Amino acid sequence: MSRNLILGAVLSSLVLLAALVSFIWTPYDYAALDIPDKLQPPNAQHWFGTDHFGRDMFSMIMVGARTSIAVALVAVGIGMALGVPLGLTAAARKGSWLDEVIMRGNDLVFAFPSLVIAILITAVFGAGAINAIIAIGIFNIPVFARITRGAALSLWEREFILAARVSGKGAARISAEHILPNVANLLIVQGTIQFSLGILAEAGLSYVGLGAQPPTPSWGRMLADAQTMVSFAPHLALIPGLAIIVTVLGLNLLGDGLRDWLDPRIRVARA
Amino acid sequence: MSLLQIENLSLSIHGADILKKVSLSINPGQIVAVTGESGSGKSMTALAVMKLLPSGAQAQGAIRLEGQDLLTRPEAKMCALRGAAIGMVFQEPMTALNPVKTIGDQVMETILIHKAMPPPQALARAQEVLTRVGLPPDRFPLSRYPHELSGGQRQRVVIAMAIALRPKLLIADEPTTALDVTTQAQILDLLKGLVREYGMGLLMITHDLAVVADMADQIAVMRRGEVVESGATAHLLRNMRHPYTRMLFEASGHQVSLPDAADPRPLLEVTQVTRDYRLPRKGLFGTPGHHRAVDGVSFTLNRGERLGLVGESGCGKSTLTRAILGLKEVQSGEIRLDGQPVFSGHRPNPAVRRKMQVVFQDPYGSFNPRHRVARLITEPFHLLDTPPTGSERQDRIAEMLTAVGLSPDDAGKYIHEFSGGQRQRIAIARALIIRPELILFDEAVSALDVSVRAQILDLLAELCAAYDLTYLFISHDLSVVRTITDRVMVMQAGRIVEQGETEQVFSDPQHPYTRTLIEAAPVLPEIGTHVA
Amino acid sequence: MLRYALKRLISLLISLAVASVVIFAVIEVAPGDPASFMLGVNAQEDTLAALRAELGLDVSKAQRYFNWVGGMLVGDFGTSYTYRTPVSQMIADRLWVSLPLALYALTLSTLIAFPAGIYAAARRGKPGDLTVMGATQLGIAVPNFWFAMMLVLIFAINLRWFNAGGFAGWDQGLWTGLHSLTLPAIALALPQAAILARVMRSSLLDILGEDFMRTARAKGLSRRQALWRHGVRNALIPVLTIIGLQFSFLLAGSIIIEQVFYLPGLGRLVFQAISARDLIVVESVVMLLVFAVITVNFLVDLAYAAVDPRLRSRT
Repeated sequence: MSRNLILGAVLSSLVLLAALVSFIWTPYDYAALDIPDKLQPPNAQHWFGTDHFGRDMFSMIMVGARTSIAVALVAVGIGMALGVPLGLTAAARKGSWLDEVIMRGNDLVFAFPSLVIAILITAVFGAGAINAIIAIGIFNIPVFARITRGAALSLWEREFILAARVSGKGAARISAEHILPNVANLLIVQGTIQFSLGILAEAGLSYVGLGAQPPTPSWGRMLADAQTMVSFAPHLALIPGLAIIVTVLGLNLLGDGLRDWLDPRIRVARA
Repeated sequence: MSLLQIENLSLSIHGADILKKVSLSINPGQIVAVTGESGSGKSMTALAVMKLLPSGAQAQGAIRLEGQDLLTRPEAKMCALRGAAIGMVFQEPMTALNPVKTIGDQVMETILIHKAMPPPQALARAQEVLTRVGLPPDRFPLSRYPHELSGGQRQRVVIAMAIALRPKLLIADEPTTALDVTTQAQILDLLKGLVREYGMGLLMITHDLAVVADMADQIAVMRRGEVVESGATAHLLRNMRHPYTRMLFEASGHQVSLPDAADPRPLLEVTQVTRDYRLPRKGLFGTPGHHRAVDGVSFTLNRGERLGLVGESGCGKSTLTRAILGLKEVQSGEIRLDGQPVFSGHRPNPAVRRKMQVVFQDPYGSFNPRHRVARLITEPFHLLDTPPTGSERQDRIAEMLTAVGLSPDDAGKYIHEFSGGQRQRIAIARALIIRPELILFDEAVSALDVSVRAQILDLLAELCAAYDLTYLFISHDLSVVRTITDRVMVMQAGRIVEQGETEQVFSDPQHPYTRTLIEAAPVLPEIGTHVA
Repeated sequence: MLRYALKRLISLLISLAVASVVIFAVIEVAPGDPASFMLGVNAQEDTLAALRAELGLDVSKAQRYFNWVGGMLVGDFGTSYTYRTPVSQMIADRLWVSLPLALYALTLSTLIAFPAGIYAAARRGKPGDLTVMGATQLGIAVPNFWFAMMLVLIFAINLRWFNAGGFAGWDQGLWTGLHSLTLPAIALALPQAAILARVMRSSLLDILGEDFMRTARAKGLSRRQALWRHGVRNALIPVLTIIGLQFSFLLAGSIIIEQVFYLPGLGRLVFQAISARDLIVVESVVMLLVFAVITVNFLVDLAYAAVDPRLRSRT
């Protein structure tokens, strides 16, 4: 196991743990106002300080982790659940009109960055965390479809697939039995990367007001609130930013580490 | 003084010993062949002379070019030698050229990088060497890109790059292994001619003993990083002292005796089969062209018969194989197995499929790396209406593994735990497990070392006796087909140009193409009578 | 080559057509009537009808779609519901901020990423490579708008080298304009440069393992010569894809970054339009962004053909 993998796993589980613990315990009520104690820098009572309403930043960061993880995780789930079957189908029917339609559809979705989708949805239905999930999730579909198709195509050329076809197995069965298990590693790694991109995207969307709405705390909106106060209370901006960086860095390191660890070529060499 | 003198060269990569005290020498105008099976260290010896070793390599001993040691020579001075005093030709012509540069630029680069002459003369020299290697600029302009050339033509470009500055030493690492037999003969002739004309020394790395015997003045046989035997070709072939050398030569010309075939009753009938591929449109509004991969092929394979199919790459033999297996539909004609069509409507006919199995070439790509052997070899059970279960299934697995020379205990292992030869045995077990009427061997021994290949051929002969096999053996290797089949078909450009009894076809070929093929194939010298 | 370009062009036009239908359809789903939203609940029916006619809302949906698309083809994006001014004029003004910002950032990102990626690949596994890779790992993890806030804190508030925000306009001179876009461009560029540098490095490392690189060395090229003459151009093929994708990220990213620096760009326009429910503006800005992304990808496809002769010869 590489250093990347261990460091990534530690950082990611730290954030995950904070999010889970926040359901049963936070140092303070994250929504409790305490105006006399406002804008305190980090100290023994308030480890991350307090905001302009005197709310405890540590508690807000913990609950904000929940929002970030929930949005990014569901978005990755949408991307995988729709993208992987599309990619498998396109590869199994390579060169057919179905493949063409799926791939052109992918290209089209790629032309809509998740921010643009979020703008459209918000313009029509109003803002909310669901928008962020849908916007990021839609953008994830072509990512998974493309990577699945690419990996599956090279597998379809392999002789063990020919052998399975000679044994009378159909495309659906071969996709499930031979293709999917052999692209699973790749999907896990890509899933980790998309997870981290989802965290970043969610922060960006809630920063411009297209994501989770008050009173749900989110890291992006904490930064938006901090913007006017950054000159005299820099910790308001520093701390949510560092939370995002630690999470994304952790997930990226985890993804890289998993890639090296799961790569069969490297593992054979080690064995 | 010899041109190249390798003395006690030892090499380790990250601590693993690759070469052990290798010594050999080459004189000007001499061809020295280094041969051996995979892992023998023959290619590393060549790369060591170029000092293009992988990172982590540590070399000891001496490599002297005209008396000057290369191992102690600094990298900048090695760059001045490479391409100028030493040229090198590689195995894979398809990937050895930069795809985004023209062949003219790539040949001229050798000249210009050494500032050997100003650009106008360099251009003239590039044209001259390309003409010399058989690519005259009027037919092959210097502005061509590599993807516009065939494999053999690309190898000629690589050779032109290597000889552009008339190096004293040329190193050729398996230069013809990736090429068809007729192309191979032309490239070997070209190399021989260049050695004679320029008085170069040629260090030739090859696994093919027939090529060695045909080309080399001196031979060095390597095994596991050591030279086990070396000497002048004629002398060495007469007096092979080392048992490994003898084994290698015997395995290369390995003969098996097949049991007599049963009474001829037709099993596979192929009639007037044609298969086209669409080519990309020519021009903006042109109609798409067609490439006829298989063109009106008809033949019959009798029960108990061992039929060979030979031909060069692109002759249509893979397409024909896929069509017989029911993996590809044909445009016209019919393929029947045991009287039933392989395709019924547009779907493969399951009743026919269960009578057929296949063994592929690549021992590494033929198995799902995530499944255990038991699951791998029982995959064809999917074709049966009532596949065996429980202890019956276990017995079948054990029987098959034993039949192909493995142990029943191997059923629980993963495929990466096996060597290439063992994997090919597992592939045969998978093909045999449903007792098919017909097995297709698609280049099934082509990727194997000669000693392993000999063992697999022996196994096939044994299985013929035990299971009354009927098979179609598809291969580009004439010597293998000659020993493992009763009858043979020769395929060229989608057509079967000749078929008949194997011995008859090989000893008295009727079609000119068959004759070309047989003449182009390098022949192993008769060694049996001389073995001590 | 011509055939390749034509095929790409047809695919570009189809994408644009489908994208416009999708955008129009989504906006059509929006509840409520713009005219009654603009005039309030107490408006007279005949005033409403007049306004609908003025806004072109009194025809069938299909007719409205074709009016919208037809208008855009001749540069007429309709009339803003809230400002009653031509949308094309509003967009044109804002585009002069957002587009230069995205291009500025793309240039910076490429200028940083290429040398960094090539340097790291040439020094694979050595301290230089590890440093560059560590920096890029961090660069990818930093949200660009947060980075922008930090830049403001350091360079505008503390060091006072730049203004904390706002845009004076190009009529103050090119230098003044670029100066006020510099911090936003850096904020946008650095995270993208980190991604691009990693792609450049891994693409080069893949190429370094190719047979033709060994051939080049066998001709007498030094490691460095082989890298520059044979490696870089081949490695550009995957890098071009990423540059194309990055343009869309930069354009979208510039919408967010504009909020940090109070820049009067497309982002400000679209957020104002959303809160005012000025759907025709939202619709047009989104279409413009999608048009930009699709066009850039078309240009990237053409650039492939320039780099790779194998694509060119598929006449």
